[in-house]
Amino acid sequence: MSKLKNFNLRDFGAGIWAGWNRPTRTIFVLAFISLIALLPFAESWGPTSFLNTPITSFQNVLVYPVGMFVLMALGLNIVVGKSGLLDLGYVAFFAIGAYSQAILSTFYGWNTWEVLPFGIGFAMLSGVILGLPALRLRGDYLAIITLGFGEIVRIVALNLTVTGGPSGVAGIPNPPGFFGLKFDIMNPQNFFWVVLALILLTIWMIRRFTVRRPGRAWEAIRQDEDVASLMGVNTLVYKLWSFVIGAAVGGAAGVIFASKVMVISPDMFKFDVSILILACVVFGGIGNIWGVALGAAILAYLPERIRFLADSRQLVFGLVLILMMNLRPDGLLPRKKREKITEKGSK
Amino acid sequence: MNFSVIGSQFWSLAFQGLALGLIYSLVSLGYTMVYGVLRLINFANSEVFMVGTFSVLYLQVYILGIPIGDPALHGVKLIAYLAISLIGSMVVCALLAILVELVAYRRLRARGANRLASLISAIGVSIALLEGFSMLTGARGKIAPRLLDKWSFGEVAGANFRIDQVMAIVMPIIIFFLLDQFVTKSRLGKSIRAVSMSEENSKLMGIDINRVITLTFCIGGLTTGAAAFLYTTVYENTVFNVGFNMGIAAFTAAVLGGIGNLRGAFYGGLALGMLEQFASAILGSQWKSITVFVVLVVILLFKPNGLFGEAVQQTRT
Repeated sequence: MSKLKNFNLRDFGAGIWAGWNRPTRTIFVLAFISLIALLPFAESWGPTSFLNTPITSFQNVLVYPVGMFVLMALGLNIVVGKSGLLDLGYVAFFAIGAYSQAILSTFYGWNTWEVLPFGIGFAMLSGVILGLPALRLRGDYLAIITLGFGEIVRIVALNLTVTGGPSGVAGIPNPPGFFGLKFDIMNPQNFFWVVLALILLTIWMIRRFTVRRPGRAWEAIRQDEDVASLMGVNTLVYKLWSFVIGAAVGGAAGVIFASKVMVISPDMFKFDVSILILACVVFGGIGNIWGVALGAAILAYLPERIRFLADSRQLVFGLVLILMMNLRPDGLLPRKKREKITEKGSK
Repeated sequence: MNFSVIGSQFWSLAFQGLALGLIYSLVSLGYTMVYGVLRLINFANSEVFMVGTFSVLYLQVYILGIPIGDPALHGVKLIAYLAISLIGSMVVCALLAILVELVAYRRLRARGANRLASLISAIGVSIALLEGFSMLTGARGKIAPRLLDKWSFGEVAGANFRIDQVMAIVMPIIIFFLLDQFVTKSRLGKSIRAVSMSEENSKLMGIDINRVITLTFCIGGLTTGAAAFLYTTVYENTVFNVGFNMGIAAFTAAVLGGIGNLRGAFYGGLALGMLEQFASAILGSQWKSITVFVVLVVILLFKPNGLFGEAVQQTRT
């Protein structure tokens, strides 16, 4: 019994992974990625057609919310999961990315790929502006400041003329195509592949960071900030880095989102989105990339799949959250045991 | 920008700010009491407030049988009905807060889960309550019956001392006084303070931790219920998402004053109420919440633990 209770799917998976040699790993990863890339066609193939979402189009659901949420949850995971900073206003960076795309493309005629680095840049810049004062604070004070920042961005968008006020910006162009891939309403699967590419890039980036100096610094800060700073980790700088990198991912998601939906309004960037993304991170298994991605995919997909419940779907969503957290408080796929042990002491 | 209102409406704004701010501070007790003991944000408190406002409304309409639009009551009947609504709302909120603790916190605490896990389960409770009431009310705002005739004590320096707003000032002050006495003097109050200082040591001293935690949720619920009653009496309406803005404001107030601290909640709420009133008069109401957050950031930069916060060593997470 105790063996079953201590069973950790993440460690189990890591064990199998460690036993493989390099070609096996490459084949597995490629097979896995192509399987995910084939997802847009799952609705029309018999055995997987149960995945199809009622009312909303499955391929669109795959882009937003599923793909976007996975991307943003991975970004937020850098902040919350890796360095242990509670950010309740992550939606702000998403909004900044989306509004960069909206404004630069409709007023200046830039296309999505040109806007993308700037959207990311703006999100990072706002991350620095917010982070420099806010990251000196601890725990829940940081939470309320970030929450406030999220609201500030939304309210500013609501009240400025350049952002179109409450009605937002309409007529945002789709991205221009490349390699014969067309990006328009008829081809949501192409957007999905772009988002998938961004997700893979983010995962690769997080994995690189994790094994290098920033990752170790984040880990130290998360476990005990005082000790980390005593051991010579420049805590403010590394906290700022994790914050800014998280912001960059959010900004990238925002740019793609705006050019996909073509119309954005401040309503889309409410506090609930921040909370939902945080829920994805914790639900999936805070700190563990695969858990976070899985959790985000499930939490984004579930409300769409149960749309036939109409009004009560959000109620069911809330109940699922309570139930899951009670059954698996560390999330679906918890982080490594090694990383968890010290967490108890700091509670 | 319209600074002239400060000259002409200063006392009026200050009075309204006081009334609003003290309602905030009652709700922020629901955050600060729980935070003091558990070091966790009681995320579902905003929905406890929402349920409180609806319980006042349903109690008055369906149980006391007062149709909406009826003329206001007078004399003993008025006082009795107000008292019933107040007590009803406080009891409902306290029970709900205890239920929230049982559902969202207790099991997770027993398993030693990380603090974000309970945050998410509290968010789950919050979503479930929000959506439940949204369905129940058809997502439409509800108007509460007017029990209290809104007569004024008179006007002093431009401030109109309306009875309901006077009540919203006097009642929180009484509640805070009683609560302060309770926490500093009584045996149970002392056990709350002991647990907030050190859970381990309190356990060793024979304090039943779970009982203390339930008690703090209960107190938070009671004060939030009182706030819900005052809110419904002053504004005479409610809607399923009324808790959202109230929750953010109350949490901000708690942080502003120094979270985990009774007096901090009181002064934080007061400061926030005043700030909101003056900011919306001067800058326009759409910039109200921005001003609040900017002031909060500035205050936290100079006083990182809020106006009345504890020492850094004690606020360690």
